[in-house]
Amino acid sequence: MAGTDPIHQFVIEDMFPLFTLGGDGTAGSGLSFAFTNSALFMVATVAIIGLYLILSTGSKSVIPGRAQLLSELVYGFVANMVRSAAGTAGMTFFPLVFSLFTFIFVANMLGMVPYFFTVTSHIIVTFALSMLVFLTVIIYGFYKNGPKFLKLFVPAGVPGYILPIVAPIEFISFMSRPISLSVRLFGNILAGHITLKVFTGFIVTMGSLGFLGILGSALPLIMAVALTGLEFLVGAVQAYVFAVLTCMYLNDAIHPSH
Amino acid sequence: MATQAYAQEAAVPAEELVEAPVATDAPHADPTADTHATTEASGGEHGSDVFPPFDPATFPSQLLWLAITFGALYLLMSKIALPRIGGILENRKAIMDADLAAADASRQQTDAAIAAYEAALAAAKAKAQGIANESREAIQADLAAKRSAVEADLSAKVSEAEARILVTKTEALTHVDEIATETAQTVVSQLVGDVSADSVRAAVAKAKE
Repeated sequence: MAGTDPIHQFVIEDMFPLFTLGGDGTAGSGLSFAFTNSALFMVATVAIIGLYLILSTGSKSVIPGRAQLLSELVYGFVANMVRSAAGTAGMTFFPLVFSLFTFIFVANMLGMVPYFFTVTSHIIVTFALSMLVFLTVIIYGFYKNGPKFLKLFVPAGVPGYILPIVAPIEFISFMSRPISLSVRLFGNILAGHITLKVFTGFIVTMGSLGFLGILGSALPLIMAVALTGLEFLVGAVQAYVFAVLTCMYLNDAIHPSH
Repeated sequence: MATQAYAQEAAVPAEELVEAPVATDAPHADPTADTHATTEASGGEHGSDVFPPFDPATFPSQLLWLAITFGALYLLMSKIALPRIGGILENRKAIMDADLAAADASRQQTDAAIAAYEAALAAAKAKAQGIANESREAIQADLAAKRSAVEADLSAKVSEAEARILVTKTEALTHVDEIATETAQTVVSQLVGDVSADSVRAAVAKAKE
């Protein structure tokens, strides 16, 4: 009954190995790189986004068709998000936020197709994306504001005698951002896919128990249908949340004294 | 590790599946503790006895391909797609602004044309009224002059006729004396005999008094 194993969907399989760094030449030693099913869906995600946006805007028509209108709506949606959270200065990071939002969104939606691999269900991917945001905030923050960037940990209007308590709290909350950002996305997608798989597994196991089992399997079926809808919502909302939080963190780098 | 059991046991009883989401929530305190299991795994499929999302053996490949694909996406977006969409939106905004400005200018032109038309109309009306007044006055003056001329002519003719009547009357009156004299002379000569004309005339004149 490997078909009902809820963990199997997250297994990464090498489609063809590429090269190995270090190690002593024996199998399993060193860092081995390969083209995996995860890599395939990353490539598919980027290909879908890139091809859609570039092909749909190819005619550059003043009066947009449906395809071009969708591209323009996504552009306007993310642009408004960046502008309202990080101001006009934040538009420097518009391509980054746009790439993050579309990448996570399309990866989540692809993951909803049965037998497809969900790129964002792996902590290393979400952690790498959130570290990208985190390091961008730190590097740009110091580059733009110099030592004034440390004002981020000293909220304005706080009396001096509370600062020894407030500043460490601010610092810890800042340092925990990449973890919360990555675990939120990873956890939502992972838990959602496992739950979905468990409930659909119930349908199969109950269905094999005879007539009463087939009748009873209607309950997990209803749950699975409802959860599928919920998972589409979660996939979209998590992409939005990741992008909005990115904008707010970037706002800290641009205007540190909040 | 609770999760190791899942991949190893191919046939998992249905009732144990319920625990799966709970089990994944259990903290994997130290993923590096799994590495010994991973390194022992024999190539091919990475660490089949580790919960896949926490299998460090898959990290290099995932990071490599994430870097390649996300980098490619960022380049595609920042160099091609986003400038193009931004250009489309700006171009549309420029065209709309220009069209609105042109429409505004046309509207102002129309307003000006209407105002000019109304001014011209008012002037034309005033002019027409002036011309009408002028011509009416001219006609009235002409009429008055003609009427007075005709009246003067008529009165002249009347007085002339009156004068002529007076002359005729006077003349006729003088003829009356002669007729009376002749008549009287004839009558007297028939009755009495010849009488001198002068004496008759004197007698007529006497009778007239």
